[in-house]
Amino acid sequence: MSNMTMNTFASALIISAMGLTAASADVLDSIKERGTLVVGVKADYKPYGFLDSSGNIIGIEPDLAQDVADKLGVEVEYVPVVSSNRMQFLEQGKIDLMIATMTDTEDRRKVVQIVDPNYYSSGTNILALKSLGLKEWEDLRGKPVCGIQGAFYNKPTSQNYGAEIVAFTGTAEAYSALKAGNCAAFVYDDSAIVAKTNDPEWSDYEMPLKTIDDAPWGLAVQLGEDEFAALMSDMITEWHKSGRILELETEWGVANTPFAEAMHAKFK
Amino acid sequence: MDVIFEWFRVLYDETSINLPFLYDAYDRNRMIDGFFTTIRLSLVCLFFSVLIGVVGTWLQGSTFKWARRIVNGYIQLFRNTPPLVQLYFFYFAIGTMLPTVENDWGGQSPILGSFAWAAISLSFFAGAFNVEIFRSGIEAVPKSTVEAAEALGFSRLQIYRDVTLPLAFRVVLPALNNNLVNLVKTTTLAYAIAVPEMLYEANQIWSDNVNVTEMMIFLLLAYFVLVGILVGGMNRWERAMRIPGFG
Repeated sequence: MSNMTMNTFASALIISAMGLTAASADVLDSIKERGTLVVGVKADYKPYGFLDSSGNIIGIEPDLAQDVADKLGVEVEYVPVVSSNRMQFLEQGKIDLMIATMTDTEDRRKVVQIVDPNYYSSGTNILALKSLGLKEWEDLRGKPVCGIQGAFYNKPTSQNYGAEIVAFTGTAEAYSALKAGNCAAFVYDDSAIVAKTNDPEWSDYEMPLKTIDDAPWGLAVQLGEDEFAALMSDMITEWHKSGRILELETEWGVANTPFAEAMHAKFK
Repeated sequence: MDVIFEWFRVLYDETSINLPFLYDAYDRNRMIDGFFTTIRLSLVCLFFSVLIGVVGTWLQGSTFKWARRIVNGYIQLFRNTPPLVQLYFFYFAIGTMLPTVENDWGGQSPILGSFAWAAISLSFFAGAFNVEIFRSGIEAVPKSTVEAAEALGFSRLQIYRDVTLPLAFRVVLPALNNNLVNLVKTTTLAYAIAVPEMLYEANQIWSDNVNVTEMMIFLLLAYFVLVGILVGGMNRWERAMRIPGFG
């Protein structure tokens, strides 16, 4: 390649790179221009994001996303995401905003811009047959335990307590494998398990262990979207202040969590 | 060895190229386990799919009408449905209908686990193609050769085993190669029913470390090498079996 073409090539690269940053730096403008806010939410995580009988995504997080869209004066569009692709969807610009039950971790903050303060929190627990009589996390040693691919607690559960994680792509598969007896337990967020134990179909099951790793959830925007992040930060503060999170918990049949109550008290 | 592994940790700190399956002992062990699970699943499926192909082709030429019909029905069913759907079907539909056995932790488990279902499902899937591949080879054997064998008093099984199949094998090897290469690649689908093979383990690692790009590149290279070894072996076999002047 001659020097000349090399230079042209390099400047073409630089120009296209500049074009990219310019295009992504004002996502707020492009949201308003297109008139829709595209939000990545869970579709298999009752009651935080799930499908109703006609296939629409509903739940606590879709409601929060609707609040954001109302604030911006645009329509909302939900894109169902799963734990193993949600950050990639955001990075690639398939979604503008991610409110998808994601635990806030240091590693994840390097990839997406997690907005402070945290909007929610949950810990890790298991769903297991009452008849098994599990008492301690140590009781899981050597037993197959269902999980979700991409969940951060799979590794500690197998590393610290010796469980053999059998991870599926979605919760429906994991619940069905648990029911079929392929695993002794299902390790998941306590908030979702509580909702499941209230389900008459799962009356033989319990959440027997002490919740561990209570960790805050973070909603996220693309890295570098400072303006959008600032707006979201105000939104979250407002949700805590007005008691909107507590109200949504009650509306969707979740007992008010200590985290939501503490945040409400803090910002009130 | 540890020095080399530690070097990759430094590489991560310096360049943010993150390869935890080299420097982290836990991730390394699961990647190695994943590698051997892929090999094991591939070998089991290769063996049974070829066996199904050979037996299926024999039954296709059977004088019993129902044997032929059953084989053709099997081919249509497995060739015309996606392998991922078959995996889910076997694991979640058939698996839960089978009787259960007492397990170690005081509950009831299905008889067959995810690895067994993956092996069964993928063997049948590739086997359906293999039957058709072997049939094409059998049909390429000249009728006069079969007639000559009949004239010498060979039975139908003897003709199949000693005359048509060995000749057909040489004709079908290129097509068989293709199908077996596809089979090895299709074993990645087993991650959907939580068989801890390479893609599954890589997925776990990139979820924990958020290093999707590195893991994708590694996976691509790993399969490239793995399938390359298979193709190399098959090509050698093809050359070794060549009969000058035939095929």
